[in-house]
Amino acid sequence: MIAIFWAIVARDLRLALRHGADTLGAVLFFILAGALFPLALGPSPELLRRMAPGVIWVCALLAALLPLDRLFGAELEDGSLDQLLLLGLPPSLVALAKITAHWLTTGLPLLIAAMPLAIMLGLPFATLPVLLAGLLPGTLILSLLGGMAAAIVLGARRGGVLLPLLVLPLATPGLIFGAAAVDAARTGLPFAPDLELLLAFFAGALPLAPLAAGAGLRAAAE
Amino acid sequence: MLDGVSLAMDAGDAMLLTGPNGAGKSTLLRVLAGLRKPDSGRILWHGADAFEDRSMHARHIAYLGHQEALKPGLTLTENLSLFARGRPLAPALEAFELLELRELPARLLSAGQKRRAALARIVLADAALWLLDEPSLGLDARAVERLGEALALHRRTGGMVIATTHVPLPLPEAGALALPGAPLEAAIDGAWGAAGAWA
Repeated sequence: MIAIFWAIVARDLRLALRHGADTLGAVLFFILAGALFPLALGPSPELLRRMAPGVIWVCALLAALLPLDRLFGAELEDGSLDQLLLLGLPPSLVALAKITAHWLTTGLPLLIAAMPLAIMLGLPFATLPVLLAGLLPGTLILSLLGGMAAAIVLGARRGGVLLPLLVLPLATPGLIFGAAAVDAARTGLPFAPDLELLLAFFAGALPLAPLAAGAGLRAAAE
Repeated sequence: MLDGVSLAMDAGDAMLLTGPNGAGKSTLLRVLAGLRKPDSGRILWHGADAFEDRSMHARHIAYLGHQEALKPGLTLTENLSLFARGRPLAPALEAFELLELRELPARLLSAGQKRRAALARIVLADAALWLLDEPSLGLDARAVERLGEALALHRRTGGMVIATTHVPLPLPEAGALALPGAPLEAAIDGAWGAAGAWA
């Protein structure tokens, strides 16, 4: 069972490598959207430094949404979803495998791209570890919630429009705690509580999101 | 869509589902595969209800739908390896004369070759019950012959086959189940009753 789980992850990674533009698209969107803020707000270092945590988190949230539409959509269209469900794996584990692949191809690159973006926006080096420590569970949460929403809207007409409407409200707690942690670190306040709340959110999403996603996949295959 | 369907199969049996377009042949196959829940009725595998544990039921099933489920960017080997579970790919590819094409991306394959690849996945699955939705669609005469050989070998080794078709299939001594194609009123409030008991 574990072998099949990782076989699905490996297949998705291979697909992501073959269609590199999709993977790169999310990261480039992240960097470009982040780079627009200094242009729009003016080059005041103090303003940018204050806005940087929020900007990075919002951009990461939006960028993670981009590939979600195809996460299960492509599988449904070409009949692969039936074959995945017939592998003998519970549908929630099939969903978790796809979510893992989404994180490895989108969340992890965003995490890495967040560093140059943070430096560009003038965030002090000392706060970088806090930013990354928040973005690690943060991107995982985004993949879990996004995968769940993508499976639920699967088969719905105009599901791509519904997706952000479902994910964005659910992701707001992550956004609040993640950005607050960096803000706290920047102003010298304790940031651990925010990170802990973020981890608690992740601990809740990890078992629940794949279950809901699995039910969504079953319903879409009906 | 379907009402009062009942069938039972033993090791080595084959069954042909026939009927007009829209009679519910494909729906019946999806129900048997455990992909779709019937409104009422049961699917039994050795007495165990398929819908109690669909993942367990899926391990007995190899299902060929209308679509080939091949990723255009992956080679044939990469496409099928997910379903191999450690078994060698070569015999399944050989059965449908795909060995030379195994390193080719699926997007370069013709419609018939893609169908053969999907059939190779069925052989590869090593499942007891094959559910084939129009397996010979788009195949040339030679490939239909190879399909016949694969079906015969599967049944000789105790496997079972249920196939829908509009054309003659190389499936000797197969039972037949003709679906009448229910009128619309029956489709709306028709309950689905299947009592299957596979030995």
